[in-house]
Amino acid sequence: MDGELIRRTAADLAAAVAGGEVSAAEVTQAHLDRIAAADDRLHAFLHVAAEPALAAARAVDDRRAAGDALGPLAGVPLALKDVFTTADMPTTCGSRILAGWLPPYDATVTRRLRRAGVVILGKANMDEFAMGSSTENSAFGPSRNPWDLSRVPGGSSGGCAAAVTAFEAPLAVGTDTGGSIRQPAAVCGIVGTKPTYGGSSRYGVVAFASSLDTPGPLARTVLDTALLHEAMSGHDPCDSTSVAAPVPPVVAAARQADVAGMRIGVVTELAGEGYQAGVQARFGEAVELLGSLGAKVIEVSCPHFRYALPAYYLIAPSECSSNLARFDGMRYGLRVGDDGTRDAEEVMSVTRAAGFGAEVKRRIMLGTYALSSGYYDAYYGKAQQVRTLICRDFDAAFEQVDVLVSPTTPTTAFPIGERADNPMAMYLADLCTIPSDLAGNAALSVPCGLAPEDGLPVGLQIMAPALADDRLYRVGAAVEAALQQRWGQPLLTAANGLGDD
Amino acid sequence: MAPMSITREEVAHLARLSRLALSDAELDRFAGQLDVIIGAVARVQEVAAEGIPPMTHALPLVNVLRDDVVVPPLGAQAALAQAPAAEQRRFRVPRILADEA
Amino acid sequence: MTEPTVPVPLDQAAARYDPVIGLETHVELGTRTKMFCGCRAEFGAEPNSAVCPVCLGLPGSLPVASRAAIEYTIKIGLALNCSIAAWCRFARKNYFYPDMPKDFQISQYDEPLCTDGSLDITCDGRRFRVGIERVHLEEDTGKSLHVGGATGRIHGAEYSLVDYNRAGIPLVEVVTKPVAGTGALAPAVARAYVTELRDLLRALGVSDVRMEEGSLRCDVNTSLAPAGSARWGTRTETKNVNSLRSVERAVRSEIERQAAILDAGGRVRLETRHFHEDTGSTTPGRSKEEAQDYRYFPEPDLVPVAPPAEWVARLRAALPELPAARRARLQAEWGLADTDMTALHNAAALDLVAETVAAGALPADARKWWLGELSRRANESGIELAALPVTPAQVARVSELVASGALNDKLARQVLDGILAGEGGPDQVVAARGLAVVSDDSALAAAVDAAIAASPDVAGKIRAGKKAAAGALVGAVMKATRGQADAARVRELILQRLA
Repeated sequence: MDGELIRRTAADLAAAVAGGEVSAAEVTQAHLDRIAAADDRLHAFLHVAAEPALAAARAVDDRRAAGDALGPLAGVPLALKDVFTTADMPTTCGSRILAGWLPPYDATVTRRLRRAGVVILGKANMDEFAMGSSTENSAFGPSRNPWDLSRVPGGSSGGCAAAVTAFEAPLAVGTDTGGSIRQPAAVCGIVGTKPTYGGSSRYGVVAFASSLDTPGPLARTVLDTALLHEAMSGHDPCDSTSVAAPVPPVVAAARQADVAGMRIGVVTELAGEGYQAGVQARFGEAVELLGSLGAKVIEVSCPHFRYALPAYYLIAPSECSSNLARFDGMRYGLRVGDDGTRDAEEVMSVTRAAGFGAEVKRRIMLGTYALSSGYYDAYYGKAQQVRTLICRDFDAAFEQVDVLVSPTTPTTAFPIGERADNPMAMYLADLCTIPSDLAGNAALSVPCGLAPEDGLPVGLQIMAPALADDRLYRVGAAVEAALQQRWGQPLLTAANGLGDD
Repeated sequence: MAPMSITREEVAHLARLSRLALSDAELDRFAGQLDVIIGAVARVQEVAAEGIPPMTHALPLVNVLRDDVVVPPLGAQAALAQAPAAEQRRFRVPRILADEA
Repeated sequence: MTEPTVPVPLDQAAARYDPVIGLETHVELGTRTKMFCGCRAEFGAEPNSAVCPVCLGLPGSLPVASRAAIEYTIKIGLALNCSIAAWCRFARKNYFYPDMPKDFQISQYDEPLCTDGSLDITCDGRRFRVGIERVHLEEDTGKSLHVGGATGRIHGAEYSLVDYNRAGIPLVEVVTKPVAGTGALAPAVARAYVTELRDLLRALGVSDVRMEEGSLRCDVNTSLAPAGSARWGTRTETKNVNSLRSVERAVRSEIERQAAILDAGGRVRLETRHFHEDTGSTTPGRSKEEAQDYRYFPEPDLVPVAPPAEWVARLRAALPELPAARRARLQAEWGLADTDMTALHNAAALDLVAETVAAGALPADARKWWLGELSRRANESGIELAALPVTPAQVARVSELVASGALNDKLARQVLDGILAGEGGPDQVVAARGLAVVSDDSALAAAVDAAIAASPDVAGKIRAGKKAAAGALVGAVMKATRGQADAARVRELILQRLA
């Protein structure tokens, strides 16, 4: 096992492959070995596709040998959240109802990654149908935080974050609906972005909440995240909600890494009660750091952010109650109880009861309630109005500042099992991330230190207007570089959960 | 407006509407949890939103349309490959409750 | 309470109650592809051969709306005098059913593409303006085969087999406003409306509108109010109305059934009923009092549709001549009275006559053949006029041969016999059967002389000046020549001989 290869960045590995220093097959093998050694403790992967991955890697090597131009991430391995359809790998969405389902088509993001020469190592674990903040809602068992295996890696893209953090893959692609990329990135100490809604195609992304779901990148460095962001994004005619504008210049911005003259707003409402002291402390230091790098920092109030959580927990379940109706046992997936004694409706009900976990059931019923005749105006309708007000808060804020900042999530990684029986407590993990999902603008989480009380990672959240994703990388890269200088080493070298340093 | 607590009967009704055959134990547990959650999300009603339009999309997209051009289909084999049951090139499903008496 | 079993005859029912009807018509659009994906939209293909992740509703699939379908819908709205929405959205209609791939249907709810129009129809010489509430766009569902039951129907089936070829085909729903004031004509008005709508859709070229193939489907709503009352009665919705005749029968059946209930002091149940072709009556289905809550909300996977004003204007300018306008124009061109036009319309002969005129026949002649001889043949065979194996061009040719004297009416009918029997076109039949009119004097002379010789007393009357008696001799010559003699010429020859 080549310990050295797996600790390199994606940018570095791509250059090494392109330059002939190492073969893509070697890189992939090194990561497969790492998975074999670490994943039974981590459980980041639901499916590892070793042979197809090696074949894809060899194809990159062949192209290189033939003198073809390689893309900026060719030969780099990646973990793909199990919510993206893959025609050659099962797609379960972390659910029993889709156990073993082999889709007949690739998601657009899957196709674009393959075309870019990225090597998909396998499918990453997730909260069932992307509903959750800890990966404990996976029907196949939780993933674990490489910093402390008794703690959650966040969710719903917890498998992605765990894999990247533990060096099983330098890159991962997840989805963010209420914070599901940023929060895991924050509690694992890596970088994760929720691009502008519609920036990446949703075609082939099994839908949770259609107006909120956003595919996005995770990696250990801001530059790697930017490279992946660029490779996976762009307009898709198969997705009516996809953005027709060019992908913002995120890679250039990541290289620019300079915040001098930028105006930065600290959101008043995203602090206070419920926020862990160490999280607030590290966040405060990061804000000071930005000031010292030449940014102008002010406080900005976004008064309707207080209502973001309740609005989200009306809109998302409503859309999901409809999106998940298709899982009825008639055309694919689990079918239970079809022994001749039941009619179709009954088989549907028994199948769904057996195939869905508790959180999914709760949200389906909540959504059904919020959309019911007589309740629609007060619940779903009202929530969509609150959403407009939250957009307006953002618009007003972005008149005064170029980006907004906050902690990514109020606490560090909590212990597995601590919030599993308390839905409301679990929902609070999304307090800071939800506003950006509701508005559809861009947001990124970059590590800003370890909380003193538990030594666990804290994330700094940066938020930018829709289509201004590049600003995230400019600020994120500046913070990363400055903190790297301050710490003297990458943050992750302190991650000791797997006991291998 | 004070949020309504949700009764076990209402939860049972929601389960039926959503085609979820829940056990009694599940109904009891979910009723308690949903009551708390609904109480929390009902906070949106505190917001004065007279005349505020509901949000449709982060960007003002309209008229995203496709041309009337045929695209090759999946094919019956691929379509039926993952079917729980199939017969005569069709999806076999349990008997459907009659719509008419 | 048990239903009274004796329905009240329509005329009596209409004397005591005012029927109010409403119609919801679903039209499958004739676009090449489906509403939200590029699968072929066609009838009769191998099961599940025209499906893709989108129309199968596979996890991760997303809809993309068809420009052509929206265009067709706008055309329908414009032809029905509707306002076209400046901005509207699709909505999800949520319910579970095995023929629904997503267990929701993408439709339109409170923002239909077209609203507030009208369609004028004529029925029994009276004009009615049927208000159009809305025209909206949605996707069709799959089709189920029910296996194991007695008649292949859903009731008593063991299981079902679903084909999703039809799922996703664009469907336009046209909903009328309630139509009151029709009295005993209600069934006929309903039928006339559907007929006119069908003809309008055909003229627009947006659908092949074949009720027997399901590309035009009707649900009829019927209610009765006590005569002269301002309050309307409870309505029922009748489904499975699969032909124009069924539309009429279904409305009639409901009026008669509801009148019996009301007469007995009962209450009509708000419900969905199912029409039965064999009995011509309806039976109850799902009760509407437990109406489905479809939990409509705007479709988040699609963006709003905002048809630009220039586009709508271009579509309006390019509308073809609509049936009503065409009928008015033809009536003026042909110089016909209203009753004549109605006769043509009722006999479904209008298009046939128009095409025959276009092929060169005089309007009066074209009408004569189609409404006369050919209608008789169609009735005898129990088929529609348009189903007769004779074309307007052929009828025009026959008419032309008669006009030129090459055929007389009797011979022409024999020529039609031949065409209908599949012996070929008019000229072929004439030649094969040797049906030409004989006008050659030398050919006729012998027959004329023979007839005169055979009836000396008639001949005597003619010589005495009673020219009218010539008719009998003409008849004799016609008989002898198997109808092929030129009757007028024969008459002349007879009078000459006996002058």
